[in-house]
Amino acid sequence: MAENGIGASLKRKEDPRLLLGKGSYVDDINRPGQAYAAFVRSPHAHANIKSINSTAAAAAPGVVAIFTGDDMAADEVGPLICGWAISSKDGSPMNMPHHTCLAQGKVTYVGDHVAIVIADTQEQAKDAAELVEVDYEELSAVVGTADADAAGAPQLHENAPNNTCFDWHLADNKADVDAAFAGAAHVTKLDILNNRLVPNAMEPRAAVGDYERSTDSLTLYTTSQNPHVARLVLSAFFGIAPEHKLRVVAPDVGGGFGSKIYVYSEETACLWAARKIDRAVKWTADRAESFVSDAHGRDHVTTVELALDGDAKFLAMRCSTKANLGGYMSLFSSAVPTYMYATLLAGQYTTPQIYAEVKTVFTNTTPVDAYRGAGRPEATYALERVVEAAARELNIDPAELRRRNLIQPDQFPYETPVVHTYDCGDYGASLDKAIEIADYAGFAARRDQSKAGGKLRGIGFSNYIEACGIAPSAAVGALGGGVGLWEAAQVRFNPTGNVTVFTGTHAHGQGHETAFAQVVADQLGVPVENVEVVHGDTDKGPFGMGTYGSRSIAVGGSAIVKAGEKIIAKGRKIAAHLLEAAEDDIEFTDGNFTVAGTDKALNIGEVAFAAYVPHNYPEGVEPGLDESAFYDPLNFSFPSGTHICEVEVDPDTGTVEIVNYTAVDDFGTLINPMIVAGQVHGGIVQGVGQALTEGAAYDPDSGQLVNGSFMDYTMPRADNVPSFNIDTTETPSPLNPLGVKGCGEAGAIAAPAAVMNAITDALGTENIDMPATPEKVWRAAQAAG
Amino acid sequence: MYNFNYQRASSLDDAVAKLGAASDGTLLAGGQTLIPTLKQRLASHSDVIDLSGIGDLRGISADGGGVTVGALTRHAEVAASADVPAALAALADGIGDPQVRNCGTLGGSIANADPAADYPAAVLGLGATVNTNLRSIAADDFFTGLFETALNDGEIITSVTFPTPQKAGYAKFPNPASRYAMVGVFAAQMGDGVRVAVTGAGPCVFRVAEMESALAGNWSADAVAGISVSADGLNSDLHGSAEYRAHLVTVMAKRAVAAAG
Repeated sequence: MAENGIGASLKRKEDPRLLLGKGSYVDDINRPGQAYAAFVRSPHAHANIKSINSTAAAAAPGVVAIFTGDDMAADEVGPLICGWAISSKDGSPMNMPHHTCLAQGKVTYVGDHVAIVIADTQEQAKDAAELVEVDYEELSAVVGTADADAAGAPQLHENAPNNTCFDWHLADNKADVDAAFAGAAHVTKLDILNNRLVPNAMEPRAAVGDYERSTDSLTLYTTSQNPHVARLVLSAFFGIAPEHKLRVVAPDVGGGFGSKIYVYSEETACLWAARKIDRAVKWTADRAESFVSDAHGRDHVTTVELALDGDAKFLAMRCSTKANLGGYMSLFSSAVPTYMYATLLAGQYTTPQIYAEVKTVFTNTTPVDAYRGAGRPEATYALERVVEAAARELNIDPAELRRRNLIQPDQFPYETPVVHTYDCGDYGASLDKAIEIADYAGFAARRDQSKAGGKLRGIGFSNYIEACGIAPSAAVGALGGGVGLWEAAQVRFNPTGNVTVFTGTHAHGQGHETAFAQVVADQLGVPVENVEVVHGDTDKGPFGMGTYGSRSIAVGGSAIVKAGEKIIAKGRKIAAHLLEAAEDDIEFTDGNFTVAGTDKALNIGEVAFAAYVPHNYPEGVEPGLDESAFYDPLNFSFPSGTHICEVEVDPDTGTVEIVNYTAVDDFGTLINPMIVAGQVHGGIVQGVGQALTEGAAYDPDSGQLVNGSFMDYTMPRADNVPSFNIDTTETPSPLNPLGVKGCGEAGAIAAPAAVMNAITDALGTENIDMPATPEKVWRAAQAAG
Repeated sequence: MYNFNYQRASSLDDAVAKLGAASDGTLLAGGQTLIPTLKQRLASHSDVIDLSGIGDLRGISADGGGVTVGALTRHAEVAASADVPAALAALADGIGDPQVRNCGTLGGSIANADPAADYPAAVLGLGATVNTNLRSIAADDFFTGLFETALNDGEIITSVTFPTPQKAGYAKFPNPASRYAMVGVFAAQMGDGVRVAVTGAGPCVFRVAEMESALAGNWSADAVAGISVSADGLNSDLHGSAEYRAHLVTVMAKRAVAAAG
């Protein structure tokens, strides 16, 4: 292994730059002569727009231009899109509303985009935006998931009767599953909510649209997780500019969590307007805008039932979910509550039959899309809550009930009843290790000790699985996805022997510049400091699909390895020529091409130099050492693990303290264990946030977001969590060249169920929903006595 | 932020003059409420008059009967002071976060009279005297309602004099998001009786007479354990209903007394 190659806990190369304020975020980018945009947003959750009068605003100091939806329609800017088609049970296609970039005639949520005001300064743009007079005809609003499709509910979209987008099930097997339930020895049923979350990436969304007159081309600097996809969407669907006349740059981006996948109205309008006014147009969201305009996450109402036989083996599961889409569809909003949710309901278990149905509804709220975990946290939460509840009802130790139903290591590849075929895993190993680290055996004594101090102690498990490394393109297409989800890489040796790696993925906190460099260092034997990873600019690297769904190392990393294999193959030809040996006799290890059985060798740097200065060079071989690869994965990858949370509840106040949190994860091969640990920490904290503190609260009548600032929306903080006990098990994936599985979302997927199972254990009631705020816990404790 | 004229006062008299001359002026002390409010365009003023250059409004001085804290004294300075009652220092140490504590001022806090601020509980709970450029105001008369005080136009707080308690303690249940007090209770045994002041729970800091008389007879957490305040008129929001806040008043009162020793 090369020094600092795969498996080394190397400090992140990007951190000194980012921590010392040397990063370059979109808001750091300024173009000559740029103007600033502010958006006129709907103050109403649901209203018809009767008229827009921008006369006063246009006369305000510094105003350059004001555009509305009609102006963009006149330029035939296409509607915003959803990238995944889902059909209802009856075969009918989903009811996708027409979603213009700026509203035309109607707004469907507070914060919806009505007009763009462009001025010489940001403050002038904001001042003028307040002067735009919009005559609204207010309509009744519906915000709740459960009652959005009720008779008499206000209707958002003409083409979506009863506010329903689709009424879907994974398979037409309800009768079989019902029969299994009829024969069950025991059935456990839970009604649960999965709360709506506001992503709150540290960096708000931002955009600079720039027009280059000399080439009639546009550049968009934007906070995107997937700049190439953004370019494709802006070109092919919105018609802003052809792809070859459009460059999208996503420089340093401060967190995405899914909220920066979508191509939003703001960047589209800034880019389009830049050409209209022949000036660069810049917009940076303030936090209040982020709250109402970044795509939210989760928001499910679910009934989940588990049927068990007399030996407590799982016979079947039924899961019925209503998912809130918000005011319009978003990029993955149809896929997240269906194929990224229902397909994970088998979890780690051998449950032979599962029926899953999902109805999606429109409400007068901010649109919902992928958010860290995206469907998989919701699946894990439903499954692990009902498993824990079943254990309590049957008076079986929750670890034992899980163990009794786990898929065994010799059963892989394992085909679940819900689409996926798991490649590998050893779920019992993670469970056993977690139990040991968490000192499960000592829990009863700790509970007694807490009780003596007037506190309630509880412990909860979460055995999660996720489908990452998205995804085989053919499988995606078969399930309704509009794109392929392969990844691309280019490995370029420079003449002096250092390496530039281009990836189609994008890093916004994941540490790709380090981890990908380690992969290259390991494979090609180049010092890690001599490897530069470049991403985020459509004019530099190959087209790629971006970063989400814990796909970057499994798919993007594999593409790099494939390109590296081509480098080695070509280098072998060059080395054979220079060393006057047969190509088959050349071995490549630790960066050196060696004639087998001799000490004749050339370093890969020397070979690279020869490739660029090919004075003495093999016939028929092209100069240069610069190779590309596109990698389409063979399957999803399936990270898994066991998380155990232990809480202490103060029954006087309802305060929950997490006193112990153990995570044992199987991510396959670890490239950089320190980065993995950071990802696990961050994921757990986000999961704890969902369980304990976070949740978008809408006023049911006005549709206003009540907690639209950090003064009221409770982000988890350092003092909400203990020092974590984290460890790993390792079953390398046999399906990608690195054996990796992905680690970015695991914590957020596993933690909510672990935390809530601990709280319900402490309280002795299942009757509490996330977020388990102090008042809710206090009331549940009172009710449970 | 809307445009305004920034003015820096060189003295108390200068501040009063500038405020009087402005069409819609406001005073800037630590700015921990004013600046975010301005930045979010939730307030607009013709003039912002910065008091921070007035040196004699800052500092802590102890005398026989108590301690006087200048209006521009930072929370962090109070928290670190050995001269103020320990319960007051502990309260100051729990306000906001380090940034707030190093910018926010005592005078700014009580002039703003946020119903969830910590300081009003100590001012009322210790029976302090609020000194202004015009007069001295007893704590019982100072806080008059939601963001309302007895201060008149052109009246500027110069300092607050806290008498020395025999025992005092503060316990707060923080709002999980803002970390303001959802309920904060300051309990003090003074030379002339017991005072119990509650912040966060209602629209304005208030005293609980029943707890005060119970503690006067028996200074112990048990003495207030059975005393509850009515939920009528208390604050209610997504973090806590009035009923929950009323319950927390009792719990925090017990903890305040316990903290006082």
